[in-house]
Amino acid sequence: MANLRDIRRRIKSVKNTAQITRAMQLVAAAKMKKAQDQALAGREYAAHLTQVLFDIRKNFTEESHPFLVHREGGRELVLVISTDKGLCGALNTNLAKSIKAHTSPDAHFVTVGRKLRTLCEKLGKKVIADFTVKDPVPFSQTRPIAKFISQQFLDGNYDKVSIAFTSFVNTMRQESEVVTLLPIQGHREGEEQAFESIGSGFSVEEHIKDAFRDYTFEPNASEVLASILPLYINYEVFQAHVESRASEHSARMVAMKSATDNANKFIKELTLEYNKLRQGAITAELLEITTAMKAME
Amino acid sequence: MPLQLDIVTPEKKVFSDNVDNVYLPGADGEIGVLPMHAGLVTALKPGELRYLHNGQVVTLAIGSGFAEVTQTKVVVLTDMALGEAEIDEQSAEEAIQRAQEKLAVVEHSMDAEEVAYLQGVISKSAAAIQFKRKHR
Repeated sequence: MANLRDIRRRIKSVKNTAQITRAMQLVAAAKMKKAQDQALAGREYAAHLTQVLFDIRKNFTEESHPFLVHREGGRELVLVISTDKGLCGALNTNLAKSIKAHTSPDAHFVTVGRKLRTLCEKLGKKVIADFTVKDPVPFSQTRPIAKFISQQFLDGNYDKVSIAFTSFVNTMRQESEVVTLLPIQGHREGEEQAFESIGSGFSVEEHIKDAFRDYTFEPNASEVLASILPLYINYEVFQAHVESRASEHSARMVAMKSATDNANKFIKELTLEYNKLRQGAITAELLEITTAMKAME
Repeated sequence: MPLQLDIVTPEKKVFSDNVDNVYLPGADGEIGVLPMHAGLVTALKPGELRYLHNGQVVTLAIGSGFAEVTQTKVVVLTDMALGEAEIDEQSAEEAIQRAQEKLAVVEHSMDAEEVAYLQGVISKSAAAIQFKRKHR
């Protein structure tokens, strides 16, 4: 019976798919663990850095450091951190959506990751540089990126530098975010909220109380600032990368898991149908034999 | 009046508890911090950090970074914080050697940031070795 063979073939192909997605799920799960650990470990440092900067912001004016200067004009540079590979759910689509919503339409782009670079090119956006970052993220590879974008800002090519990445909330949830990196603002609600949501113990009230302290600086204010601010930029860029990486692997793990589950469900349904048909065929055959026997008597 | 000390590196939170005093290797020399110290932000250079925790003096070798001091809290942000047992003299020496070799190449290219970074690696590792030898 042709129909039986068809179903058998379909079961086989779905089984193959399930095997592949399951393998990908396992690989993503292993990578996810590492990437999540890295993201969570880096958070503490990045959060403290943000907090220190927030605390001492009253002691500085815009003229204290070129990173703090607000300039008129809307030339914007966006650092986009997407993934190299697909099959990670709606991660890149969501990121693209929030980029569209939060950046100016004529912004220029620096991309990390193949997926959104190709999208930028398709949409006719100007991509001025593209970087690749290994997995797991090494700090030495994000440093040149931070350097490149801060140089673009210092040279006056752009008035604002934003960074678009996917912040890792938990394995099931990742949120795409666009935050302003340069000029450095006195406080960054977006960032703080991201830290708060994972319950690392940084409350906003604490920030407000601390904000009115006077600080002395050693060796002196401008030197401290000159060492903190580049460090801050470096670590923000690094943290954005590890967050994105953790999100990517989590999203892929979840996507592959649901793909595997769907395939297994489908196999079950097909097997049921196959068995029904098989039984039908056998019954029909038996019927034929008995009728033939009856006719011969 | 307790003094809360947090020592944080990019990899992990090394220490977080109340202590009685802290000595930091500041850029201009060692700084002793007791509770109710005035607000201070200081750059740190690679060296030795000491604190008194439950009647016991604990010393750590730390890399460069900076510290924020408020009346009740000291936050130390550094790229390295190791106890004596964690320092591997040999790998630290190898790190110095690697950085010096790289430095010789990079110095001609006038990449100021790269040079500063490599020099940082050297002084950090040197501080770790010195610390280890001193406590042997």
